[in-house]
Amino acid sequence: MSEDIYQDVFSSFRGEEGELISILLRVQERIGYISEEAVMRISRFLRLSENQVYGVASFFSRFRFDAPGKTSIKVCMGTACHVHGGSLLADAVGWDLGITYGQATPDRRFDFQRANCLGCCTLAPVVEINEQIQSRVLVTKLKETMNRREEF
Amino acid sequence: MKNFKQREIEAVREWKALHSGSTPVIYIGAATCGIAAGALDVSERVRAILEKHDIEAHLVHVGCIGPCYLEPLMDIAMPGAPRISYANMTPDLAERIIENQFLRGDPSLDFAIAQFSTNGHDGTARLPDFFDLPMLKSQVRLVLRNCGFIDPENIDHYLANDGYRGIQHAFELGPQAVIDVVRDAGVRGRGGAGFPTHKKWQFCRNAPGEVKYVICNCSEGDPGAFMNRSLIESDPHCVLEGLLIAGYAIGATEGKVYINADYRLAIARLESGIAQMKELGLLGENILGSDFSFDISVKEGAGAFVCGEETALIASVEGRRGMPRSRPPFPAVSGLHAKPTIINNVETLGTLPNILRYGADWYRQFGVKNNHGTKTFSLTGKVRRPGLIEVPLGIPLREIIYGIGGGPWKAFKAVQTGGPSGGCLSEEYLDIPVEYEAMAGAGSIMGSGGMIVLDEDTCIVDLALYFLRFTQAESCGKCAPCRVGTWHMVTLLENMTRGQSKPEDITRLQVLGETVKRASLCGLGQTAPNPTLTTLRHFRAEYLEHAREGYCSAAVCKELVTYHIDPQRCNGCQLCRDVCPTNAITGVRSEVHTIDLERCIKCRACYEVCRYHPQAGNAVVYESARRVMA
Repeated sequence: MSEDIYQDVFSSFRGEEGELISILLRVQERIGYISEEAVMRISRFLRLSENQVYGVASFFSRFRFDAPGKTSIKVCMGTACHVHGGSLLADAVGWDLGITYGQATPDRRFDFQRANCLGCCTLAPVVEINEQIQSRVLVTKLKETMNRREEF
Repeated sequence: MKNFKQREIEAVREWKALHSGSTPVIYIGAATCGIAAGALDVSERVRAILEKHDIEAHLVHVGCIGPCYLEPLMDIAMPGAPRISYANMTPDLAERIIENQFLRGDPSLDFAIAQFSTNGHDGTARLPDFFDLPMLKSQVRLVLRNCGFIDPENIDHYLANDGYRGIQHAFELGPQAVIDVVRDAGVRGRGGAGFPTHKKWQFCRNAPGEVKYVICNCSEGDPGAFMNRSLIESDPHCVLEGLLIAGYAIGATEGKVYINADYRLAIARLESGIAQMKELGLLGENILGSDFSFDISVKEGAGAFVCGEETALIASVEGRRGMPRSRPPFPAVSGLHAKPTIINNVETLGTLPNILRYGADWYRQFGVKNNHGTKTFSLTGKVRRPGLIEVPLGIPLREIIYGIGGGPWKAFKAVQTGGPSGGCLSEEYLDIPVEYEAMAGAGSIMGSGGMIVLDEDTCIVDLALYFLRFTQAESCGKCAPCRVGTWHMVTLLENMTRGQSKPEDITRLQVLGETVKRASLCGLGQTAPNPTLTTLRHFRAEYLEHAREGYCSAAVCKELVTYHIDPQRCNGCQLCRDVCPTNAITGVRSEVHTIDLERCIKCRACYEVCRYHPQAGNAVVYESARRVMA
């Protein structure tokens, strides 16, 4: 099955080195992260060393190397969100889930990330839960949302 | 070519029919900011209502018109009446307005904020013109002229607004003359550095070689900036036409748009735009019957701030780690795949169609000497009216912050421009004009367009630390001054926000900053200390307070702040006790509560509940106390 995914992704590329980042992006879209298997298959497809593929993937903040949790929580860390108290929100999520950003809970139900800027600075501070932007979030409001986590 | 002319005529006819036809038009601003505010829910409901009552109307999704604080915006243009704008829509409110308008003929002017009298209708005296609203009055919209008016996914809308006239005029002039027009117009790179665009082009045009590239830089990695994304989402063809013009001028064969992979909507719009261009013969062999052949592709980046730097960007496009290299050779001589390459910012490219359409003299009327034209800014932070704005160069900073932005709610402290590479300016600099040289002279930079207003609740040291942590994390690690220097600066600043530093640390910080600035390889390292250095210059007292007295006047630095309850105000409602995650608050109902400082993790939940809950007494305070020097 996983073989099909890679075949499917690779079929729209020509196999040039310049396509590496685009391929990594597509693979991550399909399986959620860059697995060891993905690095191996991409390296064979592009005729690059696995080191080279991993080196590029680890350079860019977008790529991750562990499976994401089911519910994704992204706290925006843009400047506007920061001056409106975004770091308090990041702390609150961390305490609530018992993890820090960049991690998923051990049961893989929640995934906690920081975003450099979600681009809705005028709604600051914002938190994105499952692609839904929550605007002008307060610590207490965020806690209420987190308490309803069973619904996510 | 004949087909294209035909299409242009049809596009104009279609545009006129939309605007003065007998069918009402409903516009909804659906760029990323609008969507985040709930524009799609509004649109969904409007569609349902129109269907339910069998109303005939065009529903057009337009881009961002700028005043983000009014999002989601819905405009209704009835036949023979001006387009009326309704702000801060919710699905329910939209339903009510639509039903009032279409079933009862009542335009619900109480909910309207402005009208567009531009389409020749008189309108009502009760509403101001949209462009007379305080936020838009001092703006000059050249690059953003189509944003919020055209459907970004419909090339005909762009064609009807003089679209692709610029490239046609360029073909009449010839490549060298295009460079001359750009020189006469005095265009400077809008990415932040302000390098004259024509010079870069001339180098590249003169460089030998058959294959040349032009890359549009939409990496836009700095937090708090969204101008480029908004422009592409709202008017993709103006950037694509600019790319075509740049390609023609330097004799390039291929254009690439390097764009952050997070910008999904912008990428989708670019791709559909490119497909439409191909269909009309605006890309490919012998474009519009000329001898110019050109192709454009979208290249996604994967989120690295350093990739805004030219050589790092090229490395990333080639599929390598996005690390910069030392220059020369400059990309204009040896860039992508070792071929001459021009990299222009989105906004620079976006201004080109206008210049080619209306001429250099027209462009020079905006702005001041040596700083011609306009600049877009994303105005955010602690202002009343945040949004995407475009102003003529030379406008005073004060006019932007107070005139357009409406000023902060509390006392003004500083304005930060240029993101992590820029600096902070204090109140006394508010009267300087927004120009490349004047901004640099005051210690900040023009930057790519992030402008964040700070009020008295912002701690300057904390902000400097925030930016430095960002650049430190984004440093590629190639050169030691940036890799190691920024790390030490972060440590010094962290100690300062924890009250663990000595006054000498301020000098160390400054020396370290100057070193990193001078010794780093690329723009990232050379500018990384800027936020720290400029704030040291303008807000040294605040650093001293932190270092000497462990005092944070804005009460932001967590370690220097304590929470307590004002016994005079506490009414014993127990709300704070319930919300405290660590059970640090104790007290029985109707009696004064206390916070156990040992247990308090300073999450601010009690403060919020006490401040905003109607039953609470606004008794929780957090403040920083001055440490008495032994």
